[in-house]
Amino acid sequence: MQPYRNRDYAHHLLERLQQEATRPVSVMEVCGTHTVAIARSGLRELLPKNIRLISGPGCPVCVTDDLDLDLVIALAKEPEITMATFGDMMRVPGTGSSLLEAKSLGADVKVVYSPTDAVALAVANPDRQVVFLAVGFETTIPTVAVAVEQAVQQGLRNFSIFSLHKLVPPVMEALLTDPEVRLDAFINPGHVCTILGTEPFRFIPEQYGKPCVVTGFEAVDIMEALLMILQQYNQGRPSVEIQYKRAVRPEGNTVARGYIDKYFTPVTACWRGIGEVPGSGLALREEFAHLDAQRRFPITVTPGKRLKNCSCGQVLKGLKLPYECALFGKACTPMKPVGPCMVSTEGSCAAYYRYGAQRVGGAV
Amino acid sequence: MSKTEQEQVILLGHGSGGTLTNQLIRTVFQEALHNPILDEMLDAALLDLGQGRVAFTTDSFVVDPIFFPGGDIGKLAVCGTVNDLAVSGAVPLYLSSAFIIEEGFPLADLRRIVASMQEAASAAGVRVVTGDTKVVGRGSADKIFINTTGIGVVPPGRSLSPRRMQPEDIVLVSGTLGDHGLTILAQREGLSFNTPVISDCTPLNRIASAIMEAGGDGVRCMRDPTRGGLATTLNELAGQGERGILVQETAIPLRREVVGACEMLGLDPLYLANEGKAIAVVAPGAAEPVLAAMRSLPEGQGAVAIGRVTESGRGLVLLETELGATRILNMLEGEPLPRIC
Repeated sequence: MQPYRNRDYAHHLLERLQQEATRPVSVMEVCGTHTVAIARSGLRELLPKNIRLISGPGCPVCVTDDLDLDLVIALAKEPEITMATFGDMMRVPGTGSSLLEAKSLGADVKVVYSPTDAVALAVANPDRQVVFLAVGFETTIPTVAVAVEQAVQQGLRNFSIFSLHKLVPPVMEALLTDPEVRLDAFINPGHVCTILGTEPFRFIPEQYGKPCVVTGFEAVDIMEALLMILQQYNQGRPSVEIQYKRAVRPEGNTVARGYIDKYFTPVTACWRGIGEVPGSGLALREEFAHLDAQRRFPITVTPGKRLKNCSCGQVLKGLKLPYECALFGKACTPMKPVGPCMVSTEGSCAAYYRYGAQRVGGAV
Repeated sequence: MSKTEQEQVILLGHGSGGTLTNQLIRTVFQEALHNPILDEMLDAALLDLGQGRVAFTTDSFVVDPIFFPGGDIGKLAVCGTVNDLAVSGAVPLYLSSAFIIEEGFPLADLRRIVASMQEAASAAGVRVVTGDTKVVGRGSADKIFINTTGIGVVPPGRSLSPRRMQPEDIVLVSGTLGDHGLTILAQREGLSFNTPVISDCTPLNRIASAIMEAGGDGVRCMRDPTRGGLATTLNELAGQGERGILVQETAIPLRREVVGACEMLGLDPLYLANEGKAIAVVAPGAAEPVLAAMRSLPEGQGAVAIGRVTESGRGLVLLETELGATRILNMLEGEPLPRIC
């Protein structure tokens, strides 16, 4: 790990970036781990002024729609339901409440570290209906598919999933076609690409003429990737390149993708702050409908009102930096988050807040 | 038929104040913890404290799991309170210990916990001189909770306070950070790593007195970075001392396995709890002798300087990152961590 954190090498890269950054370039990262790595290392402060890093919709927790979450919370309040969820989802606000609030009022909500833990919970509690709140990108989805497979093999009658999965390439395309959003290149999510490989991203250079580089998670990985992006940009040869060669193969992980395809099929999904994106969600295939909580437990709620004054939508699209939101650090902190970007440890606002990146903007 | 020791559990009657309570006190608590003051069995312990100011602190322990690699709730209950006294500059002397036990708790586990308290108390040179036991119904408490209160004496002339911090003072830590927090998290969530992590739970009174002996008046203040970790403790020092603190990220001692696990779990080791680490802020001239004194003890072998006090940025902790950029190191804000102490 050490070579990737070498200060001398970092300074060499910074000099090279300085030489290549001859005109302004806006680069978006669409992975929360990159957002955290950038904030934690203080990279923004060191980069040439011409390079603008924008944090896109990189945290699956943060992009979970508040109206979807209202449904989840309503279901969690049903007496026979045990809602199993990743810890990050607990504080995410719906329009009126959160799972944490529902839990304090008596709903049976349990934090698990993996989808298979939820299956074990169902096995251990045969008198409870265990619903796993399935939130995540392509990296997490294969593990949910494995949990579904276990439930199928064991013939579990008290396990189901509430699929709010999101797919990364469709939302990248939605951002590229959004007239409000101006982007020159992408830092591609390293973990997601270990599964997807490079093929699903080829439309980015080929149809939109934008460079993109699959990137690792150390600060020097990100600097190397930025250098590759600038070289593509300056030489007018946009393509999908891999910087994160120690983990990502061009073909990705075909076994993991096979699991996703076996159990799930793409559907339209609603992204918080971005809206509906066709083909960007996943639902269980028809033959596994009995494991789909939304079909097994029909729940309706009166639509609540979406959050006011919260800029998360603009932050997710890269139109605003977190500290440009009126609520940032005042009404909205990790302790009492208003918007989703402050809730998750990987959310842009939480990363900016925790690592004091607001200083770079001169706000402190 | 009488039950074997292995099968015996705590009953509500053990907290009634009657015969069962008496028996429990005699056969479990007094047997393990006995000393002349406790053995008096008065309604209050009578203490002779001698010269100096009295240091007085209390803490409750609700850690889950109650047994973990490197310690258990009993050892933690002694170390936690001893350490609060020690880093205040006091010589820890006496502890009280109050137990709230859930009905049905195995007697063998209670014995194990009390024996471990005695071991820690003896290592720290303190005596448990008074106590209390309550038993609550099943579900009204999670297995066992322990409160300890401690009394120590600060020798005349000694005064430690963050307000004594001066620009250019050096910030020292006694060893690797985050070990306890990660151990508890891993145990609680059933996570296993190739290299197991072990809690650093240990009494700090010996290293605290070594620091003060070596540094004399050059020792400005000490802390033990428990809940909220190094980041939160440094913020408290900066706030109370109205100074800035600049920390070198590369100087912070972290175990490889802790760094790796934190990366995997999305945690920051600087926010994880420690139960056997001391932070000392010392005058520049005192840094070397204090470091040498710390390193001469097993609990201070990994002692290093991690930063310095600054005139600017009052109340603010800045971190110089591995790349040479600086960022704010904030306090812990409502992380989704389990109970860790």
